[in-house]
Amino acid sequence: MGVKPDIIAETGLQFFGRISASISHEIKNVLAIVNENAGLLEDYSIMAEEGMPLDPARLKKMASTVMNQVSRADEITKNMNRLAHTIDDTIATVELDEIIELFMALTARFAAMRAVKVELRLPASPLKITTAPFYLMNLLWLCLEFSMSASGDEKRVELVVQETENGVRIRFRRLAGLSAALLETFPSDREKNLLALLTAALTTEPEREEVVLRLSKNIGVI
Amino acid sequence: MPTKVLIVDDEKDFLDIMAERMSARSMDVSTTTSAEKALKMVLKKDYDAVIMDLMMPEMDGFKALKLFRETRPDVPIILLTGDVTADKCSEAIKLGALDVIEKPADLNLLTQKIKDAKARKQKISKP
Repeated sequence: MGVKPDIIAETGLQFFGRISASISHEIKNVLAIVNENAGLLEDYSIMAEEGMPLDPARLKKMASTVMNQVSRADEITKNMNRLAHTIDDTIATVELDEIIELFMALTARFAAMRAVKVELRLPASPLKITTAPFYLMNLLWLCLEFSMSASGDEKRVELVVQETENGVRIRFRRLAGLSAALLETFPSDREKNLLALLTAALTTEPEREEVVLRLSKNIGVI
Repeated sequence: MPTKVLIVDDEKDFLDIMAERMSARSMDVSTTTSAEKALKMVLKKDYDAVIMDLMMPEMDGFKALKLFRETRPDVPIILLTGDVTADKCSEAIKLGALDVIEKPADLNLLTQKIKDAKARKQKISKP
């Protein structure tokens, strides 16, 4: 071959792929519930044709279930759309809390699958930063994925966003299982390349059971 | 005797409606949102088939499949999942799943698969 894949592009595609797979799985779950409600309605129609009276309360409950699932799918697709648009401009000035809340929504299912509770603490006032939003979410994902594996028996990760004099600090706290063995592979080249792209720094602090990501408020021109 | 089916899925709404529709088709349906609980349930009741999702919190379907095979190798397992890829299907079959059905599913098809699973189980237990 002779062509070396661009590690940032590859890492970004892997992130996008994982999120897309998770979203499609969740939408399939929604469709399955809507599909079974349609099937049940069909069952009731057949019973009604045979003379069995319809129960209005049951029909209302079915309508409510379908409406809830439509709202759920709407939220999922809105988030997917927002993720897709984060790559429209490589660098953009964004509200950091909005980006992080989107990131939390997109990754909630991964945390649920691992039975890890992720708690978010945002600063009191909104924080604008000039960054590469898609790559920032990609780096946050790699940090969160690592943090979940380092959460130990407590299975809890606290994500604390703080404004500092020169930028922003994002702490992944309560990593009770953060061990030297885990730190042999983290941060890897994937994280290091994204850190360079985002003018960011990452420190691992096993004694404080946390990983700290420091971001510049303006990454400037790549 | 009604066909005894256990459905394992983390979507409560899905479990409720499947239980209602399958019960109306003369099946004795039990449900649970956790694979761990399902593993305990199959030890207490002789199910004709287990219908299970692949992606579930705490214990995923692959891990559950391995444990089902160790504890109740006689109970047929049909995977019902929205996350179907060729790799995952072949891995699931290798781990002992009888079949993999994609969500959203046709209930008539699923019912037929359950009947086949029950017949297969009875054939194996009465050689």
